[in-house]
Amino acid sequence: MPQIFHRSTNTISRLTIFGSLFIVALLAWVLSEVGISSYATEAWNARQQPVQFSHKHHASDDGIDCRYCHTSVETSSFAGMPPTKTCMNCHRQIWADSPALEPVRDSFRTGKPIKWTRVNALPDFVYFNHSIHVNKGVGCSTCHGRVDQMPLTWQVATLQMRWCLDCHRNPESYVRPKDKVFDMSYEAPPDQEQLGQRLMTEYNIRSTAVLISCDTCHR
Amino acid sequence: MTKKTYRLDLEALSGRLGRGQGRNYWRSLDELAETDEFKEFLEQEFPNQISEWNDPVGRRRFLKLMGASLALAGATGCLHLPKETIVPYVQQPSEIEPGRPLYFATAMPVGGVATGLLVESHEGRPTKVEGNPQHPSTLGGTDVFTQASILGLYDPDRSQSVSYLGEIATWSGFIAAIQGVLGGQRAVQGAGLRLLTETITSPTLGSQIKTLLAGLPSAKWHQYEPAAPHNTKAGVQLAFGQPANAIYHFDKADVILALDADFLDSGPANIRYIRDFASKRKLTGGGTTMSRLYSVESNYTNTGAKADHRLPLRPSQIESFAAAVAAGVGAQTGLATGPVPAEWVNAVVTDLKEHRGASLAVVGEGQPPGVHRLGHAINQALGNVGNTVTYTDPVEENPVDQIASLADLVQDMNAGRVQALLIIGGNPVYNAPADFSFAEAMNNVPLRAHLALYNDETSQLCHWHVPEAHYLESWGDARAFDGTVTIMQPLIAPLYNGKSAYEFLATLTPRPETSSYEIVRAYWQTKNPGAGFETFWRKSVHDGFIANSALPAKTISAAGAANQGGQNSSQQTPAPGQPLYTPPSSQSSQTADMNGLEIIFRPDASVYDGRFANNGWLQELPKSVTKLTWDNAALLSVDTAKKLGLSYEIARRGGEHGQIIVDMVELELQGRKLKAAAWIVPGHANDCVTLHLGYGRTNSGRVGTGTGFNAYALRTSGSLWSAPGLQVRKLDDQYPLACTQFQHSMEGRDIVRHAALEEYQKDPGFAKGEFKNPLDTPSLYMSYDYDHGYKWGMSVDLNACVGCNACVVGCQAENNIPVVGKEQVMNGREMHWIRIDTYHVGQTSDPATYFQPVMCMHCENAPCEVVCPVQATTHSAEGLNVMVYNRCVGTRYCSNNCPYKVRRFNFLLFADWETPSLKLMRNPEVTVRSRGVMEKCTYCVQRISRAKIDAEREGREVRDGEIATACQAACPAEAITFGNINDPASKVAKLKAEPRDYGLLAELNTRPRTTYLAAVRNPNPELEKG
Repeated sequence: MPQIFHRSTNTISRLTIFGSLFIVALLAWVLSEVGISSYATEAWNARQQPVQFSHKHHASDDGIDCRYCHTSVETSSFAGMPPTKTCMNCHRQIWADSPALEPVRDSFRTGKPIKWTRVNALPDFVYFNHSIHVNKGVGCSTCHGRVDQMPLTWQVATLQMRWCLDCHRNPESYVRPKDKVFDMSYEAPPDQEQLGQRLMTEYNIRSTAVLISCDTCHR
Repeated sequence: MTKKTYRLDLEALSGRLGRGQGRNYWRSLDELAETDEFKEFLEQEFPNQISEWNDPVGRRRFLKLMGASLALAGATGCLHLPKETIVPYVQQPSEIEPGRPLYFATAMPVGGVATGLLVESHEGRPTKVEGNPQHPSTLGGTDVFTQASILGLYDPDRSQSVSYLGEIATWSGFIAAIQGVLGGQRAVQGAGLRLLTETITSPTLGSQIKTLLAGLPSAKWHQYEPAAPHNTKAGVQLAFGQPANAIYHFDKADVILALDADFLDSGPANIRYIRDFASKRKLTGGGTTMSRLYSVESNYTNTGAKADHRLPLRPSQIESFAAAVAAGVGAQTGLATGPVPAEWVNAVVTDLKEHRGASLAVVGEGQPPGVHRLGHAINQALGNVGNTVTYTDPVEENPVDQIASLADLVQDMNAGRVQALLIIGGNPVYNAPADFSFAEAMNNVPLRAHLALYNDETSQLCHWHVPEAHYLESWGDARAFDGTVTIMQPLIAPLYNGKSAYEFLATLTPRPETSSYEIVRAYWQTKNPGAGFETFWRKSVHDGFIANSALPAKTISAAGAANQGGQNSSQQTPAPGQPLYTPPSSQSSQTADMNGLEIIFRPDASVYDGRFANNGWLQELPKSVTKLTWDNAALLSVDTAKKLGLSYEIARRGGEHGQIIVDMVELELQGRKLKAAAWIVPGHANDCVTLHLGYGRTNSGRVGTGTGFNAYALRTSGSLWSAPGLQVRKLDDQYPLACTQFQHSMEGRDIVRHAALEEYQKDPGFAKGEFKNPLDTPSLYMSYDYDHGYKWGMSVDLNACVGCNACVVGCQAENNIPVVGKEQVMNGREMHWIRIDTYHVGQTSDPATYFQPVMCMHCENAPCEVVCPVQATTHSAEGLNVMVYNRCVGTRYCSNNCPYKVRRFNFLLFADWETPSLKLMRNPEVTVRSRGVMEKCTYCVQRISRAKIDAEREGREVRDGEIATACQAACPAEAITFGNINDPASKVAKLKAEPRDYGLLAELNTRPRTTYLAAVRNPNPELEKG
């Protein structure tokens, strides 16, 4: 009985067997890259909002502190979204007739709230608390980026667990003095490691073992 | 072939009764009987040959569907998170900070009597009920009803609109109708107008009704509630010739005699009584003395389970027993004594006499007024009045004999004297005495209106139905059992446009649309006129009670006690013609037939008088002693069952033993018949049958309709709580009951530990046994360093726990635990994170019973963690055994490897993800679990996190007592303590250092963080000899 396969198929089969390893590895790499890409995480996509609100204008040009609107960031898990009333504090005086602000005035008139599109969304099984981060020297810009330079807001991080754990495993690389928490232009100094170590003791930041325990974020 | 059921042979059991001696604990009769057949049945706990599931969806088809949905789930997982919106306030209320709950003080009235509460509110949604620790009457304790009331609020089956003749109508239409009737009634001074309410302690409501009656002097106000303290009130009246309210002080009593009194589980004051009773039993901090409780009762109650000596007697025998004790302590009785166990009477009498002024006799509502009079006489003879028992004026606005009051109404209705009947709360068509034929009588009334939470049996027969506002939706006021007034504030606007009783009554005034707030405030303004009112009002509403409003103790003489015989001081005007109802005399009517069976009616521990029938949390709650869920049953003793030829079969479903197939019986009492399932209760008195009220509803909503058997069908005005002459016939029919008692077998392990007080005094460390905690045993797994930071732990005092179940419901509310339904309980799939195990010791005729709450032990060497293939259950640095739901793939290895069987698996999508009102109810701090996920007690990790974050923000450590787990907060006995073991000054660390401390199955080297304080009983040596 003659051979069914030509001798060259040996080479092909060897190539296929070993090549498949590379293909699988390649696929795995591609998948992981896609997983953290902005396509999957929606980072860097400016979200459309019912009102063309610009953080750049308000925080940077006007110099309004984050906490003027996000009032509960230091005390609650939720940073706080300003009620329409907060907008109207100023906008009943300035730009009071601007057509861009019609949804705000409409909300104030009718009592119907403005429905903002959430930008930084965590899955529902994650229980993130703003107040504890702000009180332990994690700056706004560490997670939210230079919001003061965003006309429409976008998310700057993957917001995936590995990204959270980066900091929970090495808080010393990220913490800053408490008085710089709301400083958008704060840059980590060259001696961040030493500073971080010092601040961790000063702020009594819990051990890494506690910070990476599942129940720190999941319940 | 695998047997699917196992039938208990009571004859086989009797041959082995001797086995129940000493320290042999048993959970079920089968375990005690230990037949080979049962052992074989147990060993096949997970049989291979079960061919097909009983579910309508076949196993193959189910797997196919599962596969398909898994594939789909995988595909959707790759897509983006769903778009979310943030909806801020337009004008944010200044006190609300999104993400931080607020607490408001209010109170829940049950049977008119209030329990002081603090209610947690998340952005305007009440989500959790806690006790108000500052409330002077209940001191922060809660019960199952208060804990479950949050589900009652959001119940989608609640009535949602005003209706007229079954059609949706309007509130203004109702007001017009009522005002029309009122116009006609004014001409005849209200002669045709009747109000029927439940027990009312609200000063405002009382004043509203009194004002109304002043304007319409011929109108009448009737009160009726099936489980009100009818006999208790009549007993006081009989003893003292005036109405009064007896308050017992168990914290001052060294010897307690409970005569058919389940003071730990029923009655308006039980929350406080549990606290006081437990305080005398704790033995912590070096204490070596404790009170002694004798319980003489028919059914096996929680009080009987906590008793140092329990004597099961029929209701009529208890009467004789009380008379014998009364004679023994030198009280005048006037009642003939029947045959009673003399050694018992002697021992009790001697003990009571030795503790003059520090003893206490308590008579249960189920006993006739004459026995209550005996109870008061005994306390008086022992000098207990003023010490362990005090009297106040009644807390009710108008303490009438409610049965007579209802009888009066029924007679008026039958005679056609009633033109308009306004029923405010209650459900008399369902729960009025059967001999009153309330529904037929009511048909004679031309206009009937009903205010109720549900469109229930009574609403169906009324022209107008008005949805009632839940107590969390309305302003109001009510008195606690000691008279303390709470001004109840609403936590949320009425979900379904409900109206409160105040608003309902206001429709009879010239200002029919006055709100509850205006009415309650106006009333208190009249009581506190002047400039200080605003301060008074704000303080009272804020604190949750009006300071010093408890009724003062009063001295009353037992002059009336000398009056013996049938002289009854009823204030009722006798109705013309044949009286429908004669109030019970002091002389017993029950001695007539000592040979037949007796029936006993009691309010149910879960659904009470039926009002909570549609509450899934309560329906699924395993009842303290029987562990039955979703049904009531005719409870009877082992011997009585044997006589009647009754038994039961344990079925196997879903690999568990949750389904018990029992025999049906027909109960016949005075010509009325009822078919009911029979349930054997070891320790139940012989020759009597207990049937709990509140089941067999025909119109209670999707949850409650059709559960259990309607005891009201047999209950008449003459047999309110018990009656002789019961006939029981075994039917050729069976009924499946869902019971959680049979699900785990002890396999002879030493699980619950107890000793007598003497043994404890000799060897305080008796519970440690031979076993020493193997701290230094080598392990392959890495060890954790717990020496720094927090080390969370829990201590449960088995001596304090009275098995009231408040913790179970509290946990369910806090942790978004779903209800699974009777079918799934029968499959052994109930989801409670904490369960109360019941263990019996001794003879089946009268075993002792021990309760043991079991939740996740948070083992330091947790067997569950090492078998999880996906690290969904892991160890936290503070020693918590944590569950990560989103990692769990549902292998159930962890559950299989858990020696405590505390892990619960979502076999199906048990959580209701659809019903809008139930979404509002959820605790936003806890994940709502989905199908295929394991879950278990987390030590309320959300509360730990909140306290830790609050402390860290303030730059301090978490203080001891700052974290109370939901079960701990709910516990009226303060049996559960949680805290940081690393802090030697913490309460929990001190409790763990107590000699009675032991770890459950610690010999497995799991090093549980939850440990128990062993139970100690204080038996009377005189009775022990016998």
